[in-house]
Amino acid sequence: MSLMLSRRLLLRALGLSGVGLAFAPSLSNRALASPASRRTLVTVFLRGGVDGLSLVPPVEDAAYHRARPTLALRATGEGAALKLSGPFGLHPRLEPLLPLWNEGRLAVLHGVGLPTPVRSHFDAQDFVESGTPGRKSTPDGWLNRALIAEESAAPLRAVALQATLPRALFGDAGALAMGRLEEFRLRAGKRGAEATRGFAALYAGAVDQALRTTGQGAFDALSQLDEEHLARLPPTSGVEYPRGPLGQRLGDIARLIRGDVGLEVAATEMGGWDTHAAQGAATGTFANRCAELAGALSAFARDVGPLLEQVTVVVLTEFGRTVRENGSRGTDHGVGSAMLVLGGGVKGGRVYGRFESLTPDRLQDGRDVPAWTDVRAPLAEVLRACRPGVDLTRVFPGFTPGPSLGLFA
Amino acid sequence: MRLVSLSSLAVVLLSCASTPHPVARSEAPPDYGPGAEVHLLQRWAFGPSERDLAEVRRLGVRGWVEARLARKDASVSPALEAKLQEFPTLTMSMGQLLSDYPAKKEREQALLDGRELERPARIGLELSAAKVLRAVEGSNPLEEVLVDFWFNHFNVSADKGAVRWMVTSYERDAIRPHVFGRFRDLLEATARHPAMLVYLDNWRSTRDGMPKLGQRLSRRGVAPMMMEEDGDGDDEPAVSGPRPGLNENYARELLELHTLGVDGGYSQQDVREVARSFTGWSIRHPRRAPEFLFRRRAHDLDAKEVLGQVIPARGGEEDGERVLDLLARHPATARHLATKLARRFVSDTPPPALVDRLAKVFLDSEGDLPTMYRALIDSPEFWAPEARGAKVKTPFEFVVSALRATGAQVEVRPRLVQALARMGEPLYRAPAPTGFPEVAAPWVNSGALVARLNFSLDLVSGRLPGARVSLASLATPSTPTAEAWVDTLGRALLGTTPSEETRATVLAALSRRNEAASAEGEPSPVDVQLVAGLLLGSPEFQRQ
Repeated sequence: MSLMLSRRLLLRALGLSGVGLAFAPSLSNRALASPASRRTLVTVFLRGGVDGLSLVPPVEDAAYHRARPTLALRATGEGAALKLSGPFGLHPRLEPLLPLWNEGRLAVLHGVGLPTPVRSHFDAQDFVESGTPGRKSTPDGWLNRALIAEESAAPLRAVALQATLPRALFGDAGALAMGRLEEFRLRAGKRGAEATRGFAALYAGAVDQALRTTGQGAFDALSQLDEEHLARLPPTSGVEYPRGPLGQRLGDIARLIRGDVGLEVAATEMGGWDTHAAQGAATGTFANRCAELAGALSAFARDVGPLLEQVTVVVLTEFGRTVRENGSRGTDHGVGSAMLVLGGGVKGGRVYGRFESLTPDRLQDGRDVPAWTDVRAPLAEVLRACRPGVDLTRVFPGFTPGPSLGLFA
Repeated sequence: MRLVSLSSLAVVLLSCASTPHPVARSEAPPDYGPGAEVHLLQRWAFGPSERDLAEVRRLGVRGWVEARLARKDASVSPALEAKLQEFPTLTMSMGQLLSDYPAKKEREQALLDGRELERPARIGLELSAAKVLRAVEGSNPLEEVLVDFWFNHFNVSADKGAVRWMVTSYERDAIRPHVFGRFRDLLEATARHPAMLVYLDNWRSTRDGMPKLGQRLSRRGVAPMMMEEDGDGDDEPAVSGPRPGLNENYARELLELHTLGVDGGYSQQDVREVARSFTGWSIRHPRRAPEFLFRRRAHDLDAKEVLGQVIPARGGEEDGERVLDLLARHPATARHLATKLARRFVSDTPPPALVDRLAKVFLDSEGDLPTMYRALIDSPEFWAPEARGAKVKTPFEFVVSALRATGAQVEVRPRLVQALARMGEPLYRAPAPTGFPEVAAPWVNSGALVARLNFSLDLVSGRLPGARVSLASLATPSTPTAEAWVDTLGRALLGTTPSEETRATVLAALSRRNEAASAEGEPSPVDVQLVAGLLLGSPEFQRQ
């Protein structure tokens, strides 16, 4: 079973099954671009190392069930995984995503990770976000480099909906971080108008150019948000986000998209995926996280409505987890994991990437799902689709992508 | 020009005598120009405070610097001492912290045994609180500036695995004791500290081809979450990962960040040879009572060649020492450190002539750090008009200088530490081995700026938990007019008379407020909080 499967998936990964070959990747493919065809890119970083084998379980693989006596999701029966394609199922608590899968707007990439195994959260996140695996001294992040050299000066072009700017947005292109949209305002109380005007005047006259332009950007963004009352814009009627930070943050990102403020890149994150113990299968810790993730993504998709065509959402993590469950009914740090890509232009309803039966001889170091696909490959493809014209040799220096995965039409 | 008093001269002489290789110091100090005290404190004391301004005026520039370098009058004030007593983790060993503030799983285990233990997050909070308090009200702010500088130079992050239990000791035992010493000693203290050994993975670096000891994967499940990477092999080599082998992480950062600098003229082969030299520099009991341990079995016994120097075969722990010796007196290291110091203390783009001189001072003094500091403070470049106010404050410098300038009564609460993270500087959690940026650009972004403005407004209007400010005691103009308030508060907070433009802008904001108030028929006292908030949030206060 598995060999057949892998050959089929391999062909697909090579782009032979579709139009992939016609658009064989070219790193300096800038001419294609026109800003009008741009989509907003939203990244959701799942911190802690997501167990890709529970997110999108290969339920038809016997080796998967052998390695995980208590954690494997079942193919049939109560709490079974939702049937996707090939050997794969979707975690049952990700059910809110199923409509997007069926509509062909959600794609899964499996067996994706850093080219060299890095099992430290810190280092692996650093390498994914810097976009330069193995190189610690890179000062900026891949998302920021994807913005550089653009003329747009929209004050809200790059926003992180989290307390601090993520590593991926470090760099020369202005990016701002806010825990919540409603926090991005001056807390001046009853003297709000005077304080705002006072500060704006002080920064307009600043001798230092960087402070002057940044101040201008900040006050533009503040007034833009304020004028449009974006922080209080209610979700599209009938849409309800799940409780919890991710729903809040995606709701804020949807506000920025619906408010048409010139958002090009948004980043947010969700924690709680470091499931070393009592991970659970169809129910439990991991399942609850899945429910929050799927609920928030599904609400986001419905909230932005038709604008989803102009948005691409990437859900990624730093590494996958061990194939075998450990003595605490959890899993430890591994290598390859799964990535979700959702939105406009995505050729969804398919599981991409090479993937093989999880027999120990095929595993990385005899224990982990290998990184059959370098994490930079899908990210480069996403950028090519969302931000045509971006110089990928700048974003991922030293990386030469293989054949196109064909994630986008 | 200020006259150097006899007593401070004596301090100079004494401290020179204690320096093994004194570098001749010019008799005549440079032309300090007006506002010298404020400029000195901006760069070497996290901004002026009332007390330190008086001290510099009393002792003179050189006298003040020498007294701080000699750790004179540096007894901790009783008030600060009492506050620091509230933080028991500050004086604990790494082993104590691991046992008293364990990871989640061990806390849950302890709970089953009826013992409630505190979260490890407490360690970072106390350490951050102490850092703020020492910088705001400690008697030796110059020492705090240098601890901040060198910690950042030899950065480790509490976010990486077991480092969170080690970072307190790292600052206290590896960084702080050496900031007034020799670079070689500081370098070695960091190289041997478990925090650095974990942070840059050297503790698990072994010679290539070392056999793996046993299959330990099944036991990994019992390791606490944060220590996944650290294994549980207390008395065995670091082989809990998939397989032992050479790890170049420390070697590369040692060359690139700690010593030679990125253009320091080393090759990938040098990185590898340095990594081989440090094989076996590891940790005993990483999860119970971490301490340095040289693991002979893990060490590569073959000869190495680093930067053209042969390190003969069959060495051991001393291979690493030889590498440190070589690096600590290398001209590229001198240049790299001279550049970093000049960038931190003079300007983002320091004058090349200054860097050249400092590099020479480093080599001539055999890496004596106080000699470097003196050379910087005695340099005309430091006092030049174009260096004044030329640096944008980091978030930490901004917050501390605001608390110092306002004479705030501070008890650090989590809110304040979070405010720093919101401005982009989560203390002890710099995201990369490069530490936090030393130049302005990364700090100047609109989200961070809004956070600074909000901090200013919160602080002066009493909305910042844990910080109380009395503006009336800060400045009391003889006539309570708006102009008089702006001038007196401006001098108190900015350390200098505000620029004409700042003054006019603040007055304009006040008059709008007055118009609004008088339209309602109320009397219009000067809104002192608005004045102070605007001044702290002003571009001028963001610079030093």
